[in-house]
Amino acid sequence: MADEEHFDVQLVVNGAAHNVRVPARRLLSDCIRHDLRLTGTHVGCEHGVCGACTVLVDGVAMRSCLLLAVSVDGSRITTVEGLTERDGTLSPVQQAFEDCHGLQCGFCTPGFLTTITAGLRTNPDPTQDEARDLIGGNLCRCTGYQNIVKSVLRAAEIERERAAP
Amino acid sequence: MKPSPFGYSRPASVDEALSTLAAHGSNAKVLAGGQSLLPILSMRLAAPHHLVDINRLTELDYVRLDASTVRVGALARHARVLADTAARVAQPLLAQALRLVAHATIRNRGTTVGSIVHADPSGEMTAVLALLGGSVRVASKSAHRDVPADEFFLGALESAVAPGELALEASFPVLGPRSGTAFVEVSRRQGDYAVCGVGALVELDGDGALSSARTAYLSVSATPLVLDVSEAGEDFAAAAALAHEQVDPEADIHATADYRRHLAGVLTERALRAAHAGAVERSAHG
Ligand SMILES: Cc1cc2nc3c(=O)[nH]c(=O)nc-3n(C[C@H](O)[C@H](O)[C@H](O)COP(=O)(O)OP(=O)(O)OC[C@H]3O[C@@H](n4cnc5c(N)ncnc54)[C@H](O)[C@@H]3O)c2cc1C
Ligand code: FES
Ligand code: FES
Repeated sequence: MADEEHFDVQLVVNGAAHNVRVPARRLLSDCIRHDLRLTGTHVGCEHGVCGACTVLVDGVAMRSCLLLAVSVDGSRITTVEGLTERDGTLSPVQQAFEDCHGLQCGFCTPGFLTTITAGLRTNPDPTQDEARDLIGGNLCRCTGYQNIVKSVLRAAEIERERAAP
Repeated sequence: MKPSPFGYSRPASVDEALSTLAAHGSNAKVLAGGQSLLPILSMRLAAPHHLVDINRLTELDYVRLDASTVRVGALARHARVLADTAARVAQPLLAQALRLVAHATIRNRGTTVGSIVHADPSGEMTAVLALLGGSVRVASKSAHRDVPADEFFLGALESAVAPGELALEASFPVLGPRSGTAFVEVSRRQGDYAVCGVGALVELDGDGALSSARTAYLSVSATPLVLDVSEAGEDFAAAAALAHEQVDPEADIHATADYRRHLAGVLTERALRAAHAGAVERSAHG
Protein backbone atom coordinates (compact mmCIF):
# COMPACT_ATOMS: atom_id res chain seq x y z
CA MET A 1 0.00 0.00 0.00
CA ALA A 2 2.05 2.89 -1.34
CA ASP A 3 -0.06 5.62 0.22
CA GLU A 4 0.05 4.18 3.73
CA GLU A 5 0.33 7.00 6.26
CA HIS A 6 3.68 7.25 8.06
CA PHE A 7 4.43 8.67 11.49
CA ASP A 8 7.53 10.28 12.97
CA VAL A 9 8.66 8.31 15.98
CA GLN A 10 11.44 9.22 18.35
CA LEU A 11 13.07 6.52 20.43
CA VAL A 12 16.10 6.61 22.70
CA VAL A 13 17.58 3.18 22.24
CA ASN A 14 20.46 2.14 24.50
CA GLY A 15 21.14 5.82 25.16
CA ALA A 16 21.18 6.97 21.52
CA ALA A 17 18.34 9.07 20.09
CA HIS A 18 16.77 7.79 16.86
CA ASN A 19 14.14 9.33 14.61
CA VAL A 20 12.30 6.94 12.33
CA ARG A 21 9.34 7.32 9.98
CA VAL A 22 7.14 4.24 10.13
CA PRO A 23 3.62 3.13 9.28
CA ALA A 24 1.34 2.68 12.31
CA ARG A 25 1.42 -1.09 11.93
CA ARG A 26 5.22 -1.31 12.40
CA LEU A 27 5.84 -3.57 15.40
CA LEU A 28 8.46 -2.30 17.83
CA SER A 29 10.38 -5.57 17.26
CA ASP A 30 10.57 -4.86 13.50
CA CYS A 31 11.40 -1.21 14.10
CA ILE A 32 14.35 -2.23 16.29
CA ARG A 33 15.58 -4.93 13.92
CA HIS A 34 14.83 -3.47 10.49
CA ASP A 35 14.73 0.30 10.90
CA LEU A 36 17.46 0.57 13.55
CA ARG A 37 19.40 -2.53 12.45
CA LEU A 38 19.77 -3.76 16.01
CA THR A 39 19.36 -7.45 15.37
CA GLY A 40 20.19 -8.62 18.87
CA THR A 41 16.48 -8.59 19.67
CA HIS A 42 15.09 -11.86 18.31
CA VAL A 43 11.62 -12.65 17.04
CA GLY A 44 10.35 -16.16 17.67
CA CYS A 45 6.59 -16.39 17.62
CA GLU A 46 5.51 -12.80 16.96
CA HIS A 47 2.38 -13.20 19.06
CA GLY A 48 3.52 -12.80 22.62
CA VAL A 49 4.16 -16.40 23.62
CA CYS A 50 7.93 -17.03 23.51
CA GLY A 51 9.50 -13.93 25.09
CA ALA A 52 12.50 -13.83 22.72
CA CYS A 53 11.67 -10.24 21.71
CA THR A 54 11.56 -8.86 25.27
CA VAL A 55 13.09 -5.37 25.65
CA LEU A 56 12.94 -2.80 28.43
CA VAL A 57 10.61 0.15 27.79
CA ASP A 58 11.42 2.92 30.25
CA GLY A 59 13.08 0.21 32.35
CA VAL A 60 10.09 -2.16 32.32
CA ALA A 61 10.25 -5.54 30.54
CA MET A 62 7.79 -5.82 27.65
CA ARG A 63 7.35 -7.95 24.56
CA SER A 64 8.40 -5.80 21.59
CA CYS A 65 6.27 -7.88 19.18
CA LEU A 66 3.18 -6.81 21.13
CA LEU A 67 3.91 -3.09 20.87
CA LEU A 68 3.49 -0.69 17.99
CA ALA A 69 6.54 1.49 17.54
CA VAL A 70 4.27 4.52 17.14
CA SER A 71 2.58 3.77 20.46
CA VAL A 72 5.83 3.96 22.44
CA ASP A 73 6.99 7.16 20.69
CA GLY A 74 9.21 9.09 23.11
CA SER A 75 10.27 6.08 25.20
CA ARG A 76 13.67 4.94 26.33
CA ILE A 77 14.32 1.40 25.08
CA THR A 78 17.01 -1.00 26.26
CA THR A 79 17.78 -3.96 24.04
CA VAL A 80 20.27 -6.76 24.66
CA GLU A 81 22.96 -4.64 22.95
CA GLY A 82 22.49 -2.05 25.70
CA LEU A 83 23.16 -4.37 28.61
CA THR A 84 26.93 -4.55 28.17
CA GLU A 85 28.81 -1.82 29.95
CA ARG A 86 30.50 0.94 27.95
CA ASP A 87 33.97 -0.55 28.38
CA GLY A 88 32.73 -3.88 27.03
CA THR A 89 32.40 -5.60 30.41
CA LEU A 90 29.54 -8.07 30.30
CA SER A 91 26.63 -7.13 32.56
CA PRO A 92 26.13 -9.34 35.63
CA VAL A 93 23.34 -11.27 33.89
CA GLN A 94 25.40 -11.78 30.73
CA GLN A 95 28.41 -12.87 32.76
CA ALA A 96 26.25 -15.31 34.72
CA PHE A 97 25.02 -16.92 31.47
CA GLU A 98 28.64 -17.43 30.45
CA ASP A 99 29.61 -18.78 33.89
CA CYS A 100 26.66 -21.19 34.12
CA HIS A 101 26.40 -22.28 30.46
CA GLY A 102 22.98 -20.62 30.37
CA LEU A 103 22.72 -20.74 26.58
CA GLN A 104 23.22 -23.15 23.73
CA CYS A 105 22.01 -21.87 20.34
CA GLY A 106 21.38 -18.42 21.86
CA PHE A 107 18.14 -17.69 20.01
CA CYS A 108 16.12 -17.19 23.19
CA THR A 109 18.95 -15.54 25.12
CA PRO A 110 18.30 -11.82 24.41
CA GLY A 111 14.80 -12.18 25.84
CA PHE A 112 16.05 -13.99 28.93
CA LEU A 113 18.82 -11.42 29.52
CA THR A 114 16.45 -8.44 29.36
CA THR A 115 13.74 -10.14 31.43
CA ILE A 116 16.21 -11.17 34.14
CA THR A 117 17.91 -7.76 34.18
CA ALA A 118 14.60 -6.05 34.95
CA GLY A 119 13.52 -8.82 37.34
CA LEU A 120 16.64 -8.54 39.50
CA ARG A 121 16.05 -4.82 39.88
CA THR A 122 12.74 -5.49 41.63
CA ASN A 123 13.96 -8.62 43.43
CA PRO A 124 17.76 -8.53 43.84
CA ASP A 125 17.93 -11.73 45.90
CA PRO A 126 15.51 -14.28 44.42
CA THR A 127 14.99 -17.79 45.76
CA GLN A 128 15.20 -20.73 43.36
CA ASP A 129 11.38 -20.68 43.06
CA GLU A 130 11.31 -16.96 42.40
CA ALA A 131 14.03 -17.41 39.76
CA ARG A 132 11.84 -19.99 38.00
CA ASP A 133 8.87 -17.69 38.26
CA LEU A 134 10.84 -14.82 36.76
CA ILE A 135 11.66 -16.75 33.58
CA GLY A 136 8.28 -18.52 33.36
CA GLY A 137 7.22 -16.43 30.36
CA ASN A 138 10.29 -17.20 28.22
CA LEU A 139 10.69 -20.30 26.10
CA CYS A 140 13.99 -22.05 25.37
CA ARG A 141 14.18 -25.10 23.12
CA CYS A 142 17.78 -26.04 23.97
CA THR A 143 18.88 -25.78 27.59
CA GLY A 144 16.12 -27.43 29.57
CA TYR A 145 16.12 -24.28 31.74
CA GLN A 146 18.20 -25.68 34.64
CA ASN A 147 21.26 -23.64 33.73
CA ILE A 148 19.15 -20.56 33.14
CA VAL A 149 17.74 -20.82 36.67
CA LYS A 150 21.32 -21.17 37.91
CA SER A 151 22.26 -18.11 35.85
CA VAL A 152 19.56 -16.02 37.54
CA LEU A 153 20.93 -16.91 40.98
CA ARG A 154 24.52 -16.40 39.82
CA ALA A 155 23.65 -13.00 38.32
CA ALA A 156 22.25 -11.86 41.66
CA GLU A 157 25.51 -13.02 43.25
CA ILE A 158 27.64 -11.12 40.69
CA GLU A 159 25.58 -7.95 41.25
CA ARG A 160 26.38 -8.20 44.96
CA GLU A 161 30.07 -8.95 44.33
CA ARG A 162 30.38 -5.94 42.04
CA ALA A 163 28.53 -3.68 44.48
CA ALA A 164 30.80 -4.72 47.37
CA PRO A 165 33.65 -2.26 48.04
CA MET B 1 2.48 -12.43 10.42
CA LYS B 2 2.24 -8.65 10.23
CA PRO B 3 -0.88 -6.56 10.81
CA SER B 4 -2.61 -5.21 7.73
CA PRO B 5 -2.48 -1.41 7.28
CA PHE B 6 -4.59 0.81 9.52
CA GLY B 7 -4.95 4.46 10.39
CA TYR B 8 -3.89 5.59 13.83
CA SER B 9 -4.66 8.31 16.31
CA ARG B 10 -3.35 8.93 19.78
CA PRO B 11 -5.78 11.26 21.55
CA ALA B 12 -4.55 13.31 24.52
CA SER B 13 -7.86 13.43 26.39
CA VAL B 14 -10.93 11.26 26.92
CA ASP B 15 -13.08 13.83 25.09
CA GLU B 16 -10.79 13.70 22.08
CA ALA B 17 -10.80 9.89 22.17
CA LEU B 18 -14.62 9.81 22.21
CA SER B 19 -14.84 12.23 19.26
CA THR B 20 -12.36 10.16 17.28
CA LEU B 21 -14.22 6.95 18.08
CA ALA B 22 -17.52 8.57 17.09
CA ALA B 23 -16.03 9.73 13.78
CA HIS B 24 -14.75 6.27 12.85
CA GLY B 25 -17.67 4.18 14.19
CA SER B 26 -17.45 0.47 13.63
CA ASN B 27 -14.25 0.80 11.55
CA ALA B 28 -12.20 1.70 14.63
CA LYS B 29 -10.81 -0.31 17.52
CA VAL B 30 -9.45 0.89 20.84
CA LEU B 31 -5.80 0.03 21.48
CA ALA B 32 -5.12 -0.34 25.21
CA GLY B 33 -2.19 -2.56 26.26
CA GLY B 34 -2.42 -4.42 22.96
CA GLN B 35 -1.53 -7.71 24.64
CA SER B 36 -4.61 -9.35 23.13
CA LEU B 37 -5.21 -7.01 20.18
CA LEU B 38 -1.68 -7.15 18.70
CA PRO B 39 -1.63 -10.96 18.33
CA ILE B 40 -5.08 -10.74 16.71
CA LEU B 41 -3.87 -8.08 14.26
CA SER B 42 -0.61 -9.89 13.51
CA MET B 43 -2.45 -13.14 12.82
CA ARG B 44 -4.90 -11.10 10.74
CA LEU B 45 -7.89 -12.41 12.63
CA ALA B 46 -9.08 -8.80 12.57
CA ALA B 47 -8.31 -5.88 10.27
CA PRO B 48 -9.77 -2.66 11.70
CA HIS B 49 -9.34 0.45 9.53
CA HIS B 50 -8.33 2.63 12.43
CA LEU B 51 -6.80 2.25 15.90
CA VAL B 52 -7.47 4.74 18.68
CA ASP B 53 -4.52 4.43 21.05
CA ILE B 54 -5.53 5.29 24.64
CA ASN B 55 -2.03 4.91 26.10
CA ARG B 56 -1.63 8.68 26.57
CA LEU B 57 -4.88 9.05 28.55
CA THR B 58 -3.07 9.29 31.88
CA GLU B 59 -6.32 10.55 33.44
CA LEU B 60 -7.48 6.90 33.19
CA ASP B 61 -4.37 5.47 34.87
CA TYR B 62 -5.67 5.00 38.42
CA VAL B 63 -6.78 2.60 41.12
CA ARG B 64 -9.19 4.38 43.52
CA LEU B 65 -10.80 3.19 46.66
CA ASP B 66 -13.80 4.41 48.61
CA ALA B 67 -15.86 2.79 51.38
CA SER B 68 -17.71 0.42 49.06
CA THR B 69 -15.80 0.11 45.78
CA VAL B 70 -12.39 -0.37 44.16
CA ARG B 71 -12.39 1.51 40.88
CA VAL B 72 -9.82 0.65 38.23
CA GLY B 73 -9.28 3.11 35.37
CA ALA B 74 -8.92 1.93 31.77
CA LEU B 75 -5.19 2.66 31.61
CA ALA B 76 -4.24 0.90 34.87
CA ARG B 77 -1.95 -1.97 33.86
CA HIS B 78 -2.43 -5.38 35.50
CA ALA B 79 0.95 -4.92 37.26
CA ARG B 80 -0.15 -1.67 38.84
CA VAL B 81 -3.46 -3.06 40.10
CA LEU B 82 -1.67 -6.15 41.44
CA ALA B 83 0.84 -3.99 43.33
CA ASP B 84 -1.82 -1.73 44.89
CA THR B 85 -1.75 -2.62 48.59
CA ALA B 86 -4.89 -0.69 49.53
CA ALA B 87 -6.89 -2.39 46.77
CA ARG B 88 -5.55 -5.79 47.80
CA VAL B 89 -6.68 -5.28 51.39
CA ALA B 90 -10.10 -3.91 50.37
CA GLN B 91 -10.81 -6.69 47.85
CA PRO B 92 -8.27 -9.54 48.07
CA LEU B 93 -9.78 -11.37 45.10
CA LEU B 94 -8.23 -8.79 42.75
CA ALA B 95 -4.64 -9.74 43.57
CA GLN B 96 -5.49 -13.43 44.06
CA ALA B 97 -6.70 -13.52 40.44
CA LEU B 98 -4.28 -11.03 38.89
CA ARG B 99 -1.20 -13.00 39.86
CA LEU B 100 -2.62 -15.77 37.63
CA VAL B 101 -3.11 -13.46 34.62
CA ALA B 102 -0.39 -14.16 32.05
CA HIS B 103 3.31 -13.46 32.81
CA ALA B 104 4.81 -10.43 34.49
CA THR B 105 6.03 -8.99 31.16
CA ILE B 106 2.48 -9.09 29.79
CA ARG B 107 1.03 -7.69 33.02
CA ASN B 108 3.43 -4.75 32.63
CA ARG B 109 1.54 -3.58 29.55
CA GLY B 110 -1.90 -5.23 29.52
CA THR B 111 -4.72 -3.40 31.27
CA THR B 112 -7.26 -4.89 33.65
CA VAL B 113 -10.15 -3.05 31.99
CA GLY B 114 -8.89 -4.18 28.57
CA SER B 115 -8.97 -7.81 29.66
CA ILE B 116 -12.58 -7.38 30.84
CA VAL B 117 -13.67 -5.67 27.60
CA HIS B 118 -11.90 -8.41 25.66
CA ALA B 119 -14.36 -10.82 27.39
CA ASP B 120 -12.22 -13.91 26.98
CA PRO B 121 -13.98 -16.79 28.79
CA SER B 122 -10.50 -17.78 30.03
CA GLY B 123 -9.73 -14.32 31.41
CA GLU B 124 -9.52 -14.28 35.21
CA MET B 125 -10.76 -10.71 35.57
CA THR B 126 -14.01 -11.42 33.70
CA ALA B 127 -14.80 -14.08 36.31
CA VAL B 128 -13.81 -11.72 39.14
CA LEU B 129 -16.13 -8.97 37.87
CA ALA B 130 -18.98 -11.47 37.51
CA LEU B 131 -18.44 -13.12 40.90
CA LEU B 132 -18.29 -9.84 42.79
CA GLY B 133 -21.19 -8.31 40.86
CA GLY B 134 -19.10 -5.37 39.68
CA SER B 135 -19.80 -3.05 36.78
CA VAL B 136 -18.11 -1.25 33.91
CA ARG B 137 -18.50 2.45 33.14
CA VAL B 138 -18.79 2.94 29.39
CA ALA B 139 -18.80 6.24 27.54
CA SER B 140 -19.63 7.43 24.05
CA LYS B 141 -19.54 10.97 22.71
CA SER B 142 -23.17 11.44 23.70
CA ALA B 143 -23.66 9.42 26.92
CA HIS B 144 -22.15 7.57 29.85
CA ARG B 145 -23.63 4.35 31.23
CA ASP B 146 -22.82 1.84 33.95
CA VAL B 147 -23.19 -1.73 32.80
CA PRO B 148 -23.55 -4.38 35.54
CA ALA B 149 -21.43 -7.53 35.11
CA ASP B 150 -24.42 -9.76 34.36
CA GLU B 151 -25.28 -7.58 31.35
CA PHE B 152 -21.69 -6.92 30.27
CA PHE B 153 -20.62 -10.29 28.87
CA LEU B 154 -22.63 -11.16 25.76
CA GLY B 155 -20.60 -14.06 24.38
CA ALA B 156 -17.08 -15.38 23.98
CA LEU B 157 -14.91 -12.31 23.13
CA GLU B 158 -18.06 -10.18 22.99
CA SER B 159 -18.84 -7.48 25.54
CA ALA B 160 -21.50 -4.78 25.79
CA VAL B 161 -19.02 -2.12 24.64
CA ALA B 162 -20.41 -1.00 21.28
CA PRO B 163 -18.55 0.59 18.35
CA GLY B 164 -17.83 4.23 19.16
CA GLU B 165 -17.68 3.50 22.90
CA LEU B 166 -14.81 3.55 25.36
CA ALA B 167 -14.77 1.67 28.67
CA LEU B 168 -13.59 4.17 31.29
CA GLU B 169 -13.34 2.06 34.43
CA ALA B 170 -14.31 -1.18 36.13
CA SER B 171 -15.76 -1.15 39.64
CA PHE B 172 -15.39 -4.00 42.11
CA PRO B 173 -17.32 -4.04 45.41
CA VAL B 174 -15.02 -4.26 48.46
CA LEU B 175 -15.06 -7.42 50.57
CA GLY B 176 -17.56 -7.54 53.44
CA PRO B 177 -16.45 -7.98 57.06
CA ARG B 178 -17.15 -11.73 57.53
CA SER B 179 -16.22 -12.77 54.01
CA GLY B 180 -13.36 -14.50 52.24
CA THR B 181 -12.25 -15.07 48.67
CA ALA B 182 -9.91 -17.34 46.72
CA PHE B 183 -8.90 -17.99 43.12
CA VAL B 184 -7.38 -21.29 42.00
CA GLU B 185 -6.71 -22.69 38.56
CA VAL B 186 -4.95 -25.36 36.56
CA SER B 187 -2.93 -24.28 33.53
CA ARG B 188 -0.46 -26.17 31.36
CA ARG B 189 2.37 -23.84 32.36
CA GLN B 190 2.50 -21.02 34.86
CA GLY B 191 1.13 -17.88 33.17
CA ASP B 192 -0.83 -19.73 30.47
CA TYR B 193 -4.56 -19.36 30.09
CA ALA B 194 -6.22 -21.76 32.52
CA VAL B 195 -7.63 -25.12 31.42
CA CYS B 196 -10.11 -24.45 34.20
CA GLY B 197 -10.17 -21.94 37.06
CA VAL B 198 -12.49 -21.16 39.94
CA GLY B 199 -12.99 -18.04 42.04
CA ALA B 200 -14.94 -18.30 45.31
CA LEU B 201 -16.68 -15.83 47.61
CA VAL B 202 -17.83 -17.11 51.02
CA GLU B 203 -19.80 -15.11 53.61
CA LEU B 204 -20.40 -16.04 57.24
CA ASP B 205 -23.24 -14.90 59.49
CA GLY B 206 -22.80 -13.33 62.95
CA ASP B 207 -22.41 -16.80 64.54
CA GLY B 208 -19.68 -17.81 62.13
CA ALA B 209 -21.85 -20.20 60.11
CA LEU B 210 -21.65 -20.12 56.32
CA SER B 211 -24.47 -17.95 54.98
CA SER B 212 -23.53 -17.67 51.33
CA ALA B 213 -21.09 -19.33 48.93
CA ARG B 214 -20.70 -18.41 45.28
CA THR B 215 -18.22 -19.64 42.69
CA ALA B 216 -17.20 -18.39 39.23
CA TYR B 217 -15.63 -20.47 36.47
CA LEU B 218 -13.00 -19.92 33.76
CA SER B 219 -12.81 -21.73 30.46
CA VAL B 220 -16.03 -23.76 30.85
CA SER B 221 -18.59 -21.45 29.22
CA ALA B 222 -18.82 -18.64 26.66
CA THR B 223 -19.54 -16.01 29.31
CA PRO B 224 -18.43 -16.09 32.97
CA LEU B 225 -20.49 -18.69 34.82
CA VAL B 226 -21.40 -17.91 38.45
CA LEU B 227 -22.97 -20.58 40.65
CA ASP B 228 -24.64 -20.19 44.05
CA VAL B 229 -23.61 -23.25 46.05
CA SER B 230 -24.80 -21.96 49.44
CA GLU B 231 -27.19 -24.93 49.87
CA ALA B 232 -24.21 -27.26 50.40
CA GLY B 233 -23.16 -25.22 53.43
CA GLU B 234 -19.73 -26.17 54.71
CA ASP B 235 -19.82 -29.52 52.93
CA PHE B 236 -17.44 -28.38 50.20
CA ALA B 237 -17.33 -31.83 48.60
CA ALA B 238 -21.08 -31.55 48.11
CA ALA B 239 -20.60 -28.09 46.61
CA ALA B 240 -18.02 -29.60 44.25
CA ALA B 241 -20.55 -32.22 43.20
CA LEU B 242 -23.09 -29.47 42.48
CA ALA B 243 -20.56 -27.67 40.30
CA HIS B 244 -19.61 -30.89 38.53
CA GLU B 245 -23.25 -31.36 37.64
CA GLN B 246 -23.92 -27.82 36.50
CA VAL B 247 -20.93 -26.94 34.31
CA ASP B 248 -21.14 -27.90 30.66
CA PRO B 249 -17.66 -27.33 29.21
CA GLU B 250 -16.47 -28.02 25.69
CA ALA B 251 -13.42 -29.95 24.56
CA ASP B 252 -10.47 -28.32 22.80
CA ILE B 253 -6.83 -29.16 22.10
CA HIS B 254 -5.91 -28.55 25.75
CA ALA B 255 -8.49 -30.72 27.50
CA THR B 256 -11.51 -32.96 27.00
CA ALA B 257 -14.89 -31.80 28.28
CA ASP B 258 -14.81 -34.54 30.94
CA TYR B 259 -11.42 -33.46 32.25
CA ARG B 260 -12.60 -29.84 32.44
CA ARG B 261 -15.74 -30.90 34.35
CA HIS B 262 -13.56 -32.93 36.70
CA LEU B 263 -11.33 -29.90 37.31
CA ALA B 264 -14.36 -27.66 37.91
CA GLY B 265 -15.38 -29.99 40.76
CA VAL B 266 -11.94 -30.36 42.32
CA LEU B 267 -11.13 -26.65 42.05
CA THR B 268 -14.56 -25.69 43.47
CA GLU B 269 -13.75 -27.57 46.65
CA ARG B 270 -10.25 -26.07 46.90
CA ALA B 271 -11.42 -22.53 46.24
CA LEU B 272 -14.28 -22.77 48.74
CA ARG B 273 -12.02 -24.19 51.45
CA ALA B 274 -9.51 -21.37 50.98
CA ALA B 275 -12.22 -18.68 50.80
CA HIS B 276 -13.88 -20.09 53.92
CA ALA B 277 -10.57 -20.05 55.81
CA GLY B 278 -10.14 -16.44 54.72
CA ALA B 279 -13.64 -15.55 55.97
CA VAL B 280 -12.98 -17.21 59.34
CA GLU B 281 -9.73 -15.31 59.71
CA ARG B 282 -11.28 -11.99 58.68
CA SER B 283 -14.15 -12.51 61.17
CA ALA B 284 -11.63 -13.16 63.95
CA HIS B 285 -9.91 -9.87 63.21
CA GLY B 286 -13.24 -8.03 63.36
C1 LIG C 1 1.09 -14.99 26.09
C2 LIG C 1 -0.12 -14.33 26.70
C3 LIG C 1 -0.75 -14.93 27.79
C4 LIG C 1 -1.86 -14.35 28.37
N1 LIG C 1 -2.44 -14.99 29.42
C5 LIG C 1 -3.55 -14.45 29.98
C6 LIG C 1 -4.20 -15.10 31.08
O1 LIG C 1 -3.76 -16.14 31.57
N2 LIG C 1 -5.31 -14.51 31.58
C7 LIG C 1 -5.83 -13.35 31.07
O2 LIG C 1 -6.84 -12.86 31.57
N3 LIG C 1 -5.23 -12.71 30.05
C8 LIG C 1 -4.11 -13.23 29.49
N4 LIG C 1 -3.52 -12.56 28.44
C9 LIG C 1 -4.15 -11.31 27.91
C10 LIG C 1 -3.75 -10.10 28.72
O3 LIG C 1 -4.32 -10.16 30.02
C11 LIG C 1 -4.25 -8.82 28.06
O4 LIG C 1 -3.63 -7.76 28.72
C12 LIG C 1 -5.73 -8.52 28.13
O5 LIG C 1 -6.50 -9.58 27.65
C13 LIG C 1 -6.14 -7.34 27.26
O6 LIG C 1 -5.74 -6.14 27.82
P1 LIG C 1 -5.01 -5.07 26.91
O7 LIG C 1 -4.96 -3.83 27.71
O8 LIG C 1 -3.74 -5.61 26.42
O9 LIG C 1 -6.09 -4.86 25.76
P2 LIG C 1 -5.91 -4.75 24.17
O10 LIG C 1 -5.20 -5.93 23.64
O11 LIG C 1 -5.40 -3.42 23.82
O12 LIG C 1 -7.45 -4.81 23.76
C14 LIG C 1 -8.21 -6.00 23.80
C15 LIG C 1 -9.61 -5.72 23.23
O13 LIG C 1 -10.36 -4.89 24.10
C16 LIG C 1 -10.65 -3.63 23.49
N5 LIG C 1 -10.42 -2.62 24.53
C17 LIG C 1 -9.38 -2.57 25.41
N6 LIG C 1 -9.52 -1.56 26.27
C18 LIG C 1 -10.68 -0.93 25.93
C19 LIG C 1 -11.38 0.19 26.46
N7 LIG C 1 -10.93 0.86 27.53
N8 LIG C 1 -12.56 0.55 25.88
C20 LIG C 1 -13.03 -0.13 24.82
N9 LIG C 1 -12.41 -1.18 24.27
C21 LIG C 1 -11.26 -1.60 24.83
C22 LIG C 1 -9.75 -3.53 22.29
O14 LIG C 1 -10.34 -2.76 21.28
C23 LIG C 1 -9.58 -4.97 21.90
O15 LIG C 1 -10.67 -5.40 21.15
C24 LIG C 1 -2.38 -13.12 27.85
C25 LIG C 1 -1.75 -12.50 26.78
C26 LIG C 1 -0.63 -13.09 26.18
C27 LIG C 1 0.02 -12.41 25.02
S1 FES D 1 8.49 -12.93 19.37
FE1 FES D 1 7.57 -11.66 20.84
S2 FES D 1 6.96 -13.07 22.33
FE2 FES D 1 7.66 -14.38 20.75
S1 FES E 1 19.51 -21.61 23.85
FE1 FES E 1 18.54 -22.32 22.06
S2 FES E 1 16.48 -21.68 22.37
FE2 FES E 1 17.40 -21.22 24.25
